Amino acid sequence: MAILIIAEHDNCTLKGATLNTVTAAAQMGQDLHLLVAGSNCQNVADEAASVEGISKVLLADNSVYAHHLAENTAQLISQLGTAYSHILAPATSNGKNILPRVAALLDVGQISDITAVESADTFQRPIYAGNAIATLQSLDNIKVITVRGTAFEAASTGNDAPIENVDLQIESNLSSFVSEEIAQSDRPELTAAKVVISGGRGMGNSENFTLLEQVADKLGGAVGASRAAVDAGFVPNDIQVGQTGKIVAPDLYIAVGISGAIQHLAGMKDSKIIVAINKDEEAPIFSVADYGLVADLFEAVPELEQKL
Amino acid sequence: MKILVAVKRVIDYNAKVRVKADNSNVDLSNTKMAINPFCEIAVEEAIRLKEAGSAQEVVAVSVGPKACQEQIRAALALGADRGIQVETDDNLESLNVAKLLAQVVRDEQPDLIIMGKQAIDSDNNQTGQMLSALLNMPQGTFASEINLQEGEVQVIREIDGGLQTLGLTLPAIITTDLRLNEPRYASLPNIMKAKRKPLAVVTPETLGVELKQHSKLLKVTPPAERSAGILVSSVDELIEKLKNQAKVI
Repeated sequence: MAILIIAEHDNCTLKGATLNTVTAAAQMGQDLHLLVAGSNCQNVADEAASVEGISKVLLADNSVYAHHLAENTAQLISQLGTAYSHILAPATSNGKNILPRVAALLDVGQISDITAVESADTFQRPIYAGNAIATLQSLDNIKVITVRGTAFEAASTGNDAPIENVDLQIESNLSSFVSEEIAQSDRPELTAAKVVISGGRGMGNSENFTLLEQVADKLGGAVGASRAAVDAGFVPNDIQVGQTGKIVAPDLYIAVGISGAIQHLAGMKDSKIIVAINKDEEAPIFSVADYGLVADLFEAVPELEQKL
Repeated sequence: MKILVAVKRVIDYNAKVRVKADNSNVDLSNTKMAINPFCEIAVEEAIRLKEAGSAQEVVAVSVGPKACQEQIRAALALGADRGIQVETDDNLESLNVAKLLAQVVRDEQPDLIIMGKQAIDSDNNQTGQMLSALLNMPQGTFASEINLQEGEVQVIREIDGGLQTLGLTLPAIITTDLRLNEPRYASLPNIMKAKRKPLAVVTPETLGVELKQHSKLLKVTPPAERSAGILVSSVDELIEKLKNQAKVI
């Protein structure tokens, strides 16, 4: 049986997390179908058709799917899903919102946020903020899974898979879209950036995050934050790195004024190189850092920015 | 309006997690347990709605062994009116918890159900969404603001890249994100008062819910350890190492 992958997109472009999910799916089976559910999203379907390993793109282009409302989209996926052995989505806010609803509609469990595929029914996933790794075997006939993007390489492109239209219009009338505020930024997406520089409570206030933005811009990176910085109101929650925020694994992660609580480490400890800048030499962040600099961040960060 | 909040007993977020030597699971013996932080936010939000006059009753429900009555009492001490424990000693999967909660909802008929977006032990982030599916109710996940209006609730949601506002018909299910509110501390008089608030105990059998196993835990292992690197003495040395040794800039 084939595997159904839910494409992550904004009706304009296919999001990178989809490509990592395709790689995970390819380790479970051969026949991979990619579902693009949205509105006026032909461009996304065309991009989806170019992903290597995909044998078919399913396009459900209808205004009822425009805002990825869980009530409509989950119903669509569960109706299509009965023909599949696996249903996969990236563990993005969208995937996390919709896929458990799909699983319950199909009366099967969900395995969340997998980081390794051992076989078509056995997977690894972190639990307890990444302090333990569970190996789970699914007993369901349809396996519903969300995939941690940073744990799998991105699939390449260059394919030309056929696109098939899905004529299913499902409207629950239970929820309606009111508005959306998406931060506009020229910096790369946090979860896809090669370099991430994050600030913690030590940053002191939101204005000081400008210091990090300047370094990020020099390195072509993204800016993140610890939960402490979000709780203190310095920055919005969507840049929170950690157990309950974003999971990142860039080539270079620079932690500035972050003590290194386990909840934060859960979101970044798979980074290739970790740098910690903190004036407290006892901070636990130094125990995971490849390079530690014990210094006042208000001196070290501007100096770093200037010398890069 | 009646609000149902679900609370889960989990390891205290400051406690250290140990994997058992036989890799069968984590070792929770003698570990400090607490109410899941996101569930605490759910309780706080329900109580604020009651204090604002929008809700008349707040019911706290927990699925778990007898010990989870501690967490229900904690919710009662924060201001919930009564508790329901669905007693089970099994470590249930999300779908089974959702099925038990669905039956409680059918019995209690609340207008709003508030629960945490994820528990910090299993980190699944599933139960609220599954409950919504089972009851065919709208879901407002990862909420950072809730506004009750005539016949509906508006929810501001934390999504990748920003915020989304949805309107949900009632009854609805909301899962909390961390910016929704800052939970209060229970006062000593309220902790004492909570001991006398009603707490009903039901079981999967009395609820008439059949549970099914969906996955098998094969093993639990510690994560790959990351060893500490070196301390550098200056920004210049840091840049030199990143360029020439790590080759990441």
